[in-house]
Amino acid sequence: MYQTTNTGYNLEKIRKDFPILQQEVNGSPLVYFDNAATTQKPLQVINAITDYYHRENSNVHRGVHRLSVMATESFENVRQKIAQHINARYSHEIVFTRGTTESINLVASTWGKKNVKKGDQIIISAIEHHSNIVPWQMLCEEVGARLRIIPVDDAGEMDLEAYRDLFNEKTRLVAVNHISNTLGTINPVKEIVEIAHDNDIPVLIDGAQGLPHGSVDVQDLHCEFYCFSGHKVYGPTGIGGLYGKEKFLEEMPPYQGGGEMIKSVTFEKTDYNDIPYKFEAGTPNVAGVIGFGAALDYINNLGLENIKKHEDELMHYATTELEKMDGITIIGKARNKASVISLLIGDIHPYDAGTIIDHFGVAVRTGNHCTQPIMDHYGIPGTVRASFGLYNTKTEIETLLKAINKVKEMFG
Amino acid sequence: MATIKEKEQQIISEFENFDDWMDKYNYLIEMGKSIPQIDESQKVESNLISGCQSRVWLTAYMDDGKLYFKGDSDAVITKGIANLLIRVLSGQSPDDIINADLDFIDKIGLREHLSPTRSNGLVSMIKQMKFYAMAFKAKKAKQQ
Repeated sequence: MYQTTNTGYNLEKIRKDFPILQQEVNGSPLVYFDNAATTQKPLQVINAITDYYHRENSNVHRGVHRLSVMATESFENVRQKIAQHINARYSHEIVFTRGTTESINLVASTWGKKNVKKGDQIIISAIEHHSNIVPWQMLCEEVGARLRIIPVDDAGEMDLEAYRDLFNEKTRLVAVNHISNTLGTINPVKEIVEIAHDNDIPVLIDGAQGLPHGSVDVQDLHCEFYCFSGHKVYGPTGIGGLYGKEKFLEEMPPYQGGGEMIKSVTFEKTDYNDIPYKFEAGTPNVAGVIGFGAALDYINNLGLENIKKHEDELMHYATTELEKMDGITIIGKARNKASVISLLIGDIHPYDAGTIIDHFGVAVRTGNHCTQPIMDHYGIPGTVRASFGLYNTKTEIETLLKAINKVKEMFG
Repeated sequence: MATIKEKEQQIISEFENFDDWMDKYNYLIEMGKSIPQIDESQKVESNLISGCQSRVWLTAYMDDGKLYFKGDSDAVITKGIANLLIRVLSGQSPDDIINADLDFIDKIGLREHLSPTRSNGLVSMIKQMKFYAMAFKAKKAKQQ
């Protein structure tokens, strides 16, 4: 039923793992192409969360009682699993957060406040998500520092020569995304880190879109921080993580105060806990962590390479078909691209296009995708964005093409 | 002049003729074309109702105790919806505009456009129209 040249990739079986995909929207089978916003969850993840609440729910790192020990073990196993997944040297280099946004905010308000002073500079790029702009902007406002922006060309690629020139004695940090959520550009993060390190500057990578598309190796990238979200890799919402090099995490002041993050408390003085617990005040999202672990198991069982191959196939098919159509402009044509396609249909407003496409049961994202500066760069109000995940099919892309033809007919 | 309720009813009956969603949207697209359009020179920041996705401009003027609206949007469907609101509210007294519940939007099956997450500015558009009504009412009370 579902064509793929990816042998051993059983799409029909995979789709059955996702209950949400079995439904109809506006009278048509749901076509979910908003995977860059969030991915759907397989039964394996849903069941892991349910099982946890059925059998294990307890507070972690607290009691000696059986349940607490079980919950703590499951919780810490996932930390280890994440560390292995991104090839961190130690599992204590993984801090659990609510997601990428909180991870970036954590670094901005701990490492940032300690190291960024008046007159200093932070380098980001023109294709950052608002969550890798605003935390730095807030920090800059507070301490009197400023942002320097790596320019991006029309294909959606960063200008690395201009990037080199941005460094000076005031530079304190580079914060860039691994893969652009709007254009799909896979940025040369390894090279970006090398250039920064030549200047003795640490690098934070926003890996929200990096983790879902291929393997991530933080030791190979050599970055100081890597931020990610569970819900972008088929895990639950509200859980994510921050990878930080041990030395950096050690030197950072704590983030929030509360239980768990302390060693001893008297009214005179508090001794903070070791990393990563120093950054994990309060009862953590244990069920979320368990679900995140199940999601990593799920994608690793399918094989990261298999998933990537499948998504690339979908993207190339969609790109080729879209390019055959009159009046379609694909925004962002980087040489190295993940399965995200941003497009314009003639001069039809993305909002109009999205409203009609929705009636075909197709979920695409319209608007500026929380990346207003790059929309301003192209001088457009927004785009229609289709982003593919491991369960999407060519037949679904055909439905999208049909919907786009309807849009052209109605507004053209 | 028909009342707000009568005009709402009129629009509801117009929409009853449509069998499927596509006819409805084609009608909205047509509606957008006949919007009492504001001058290009008035498409300025201060007349902009900023939604996340489409931009809507709105102006109002008072004539003989009644309030009249003009508008525009860069999205065609939004422009159509704006014109529906203008058809219902233009030419009414500030008091009637302030008290209008505008449940016709729900009844003609466009409730999804009322959701704040659609960010198309419809909710803000209604708020802005009522705000104009309140402002003109306050201005008039001051003059008397």
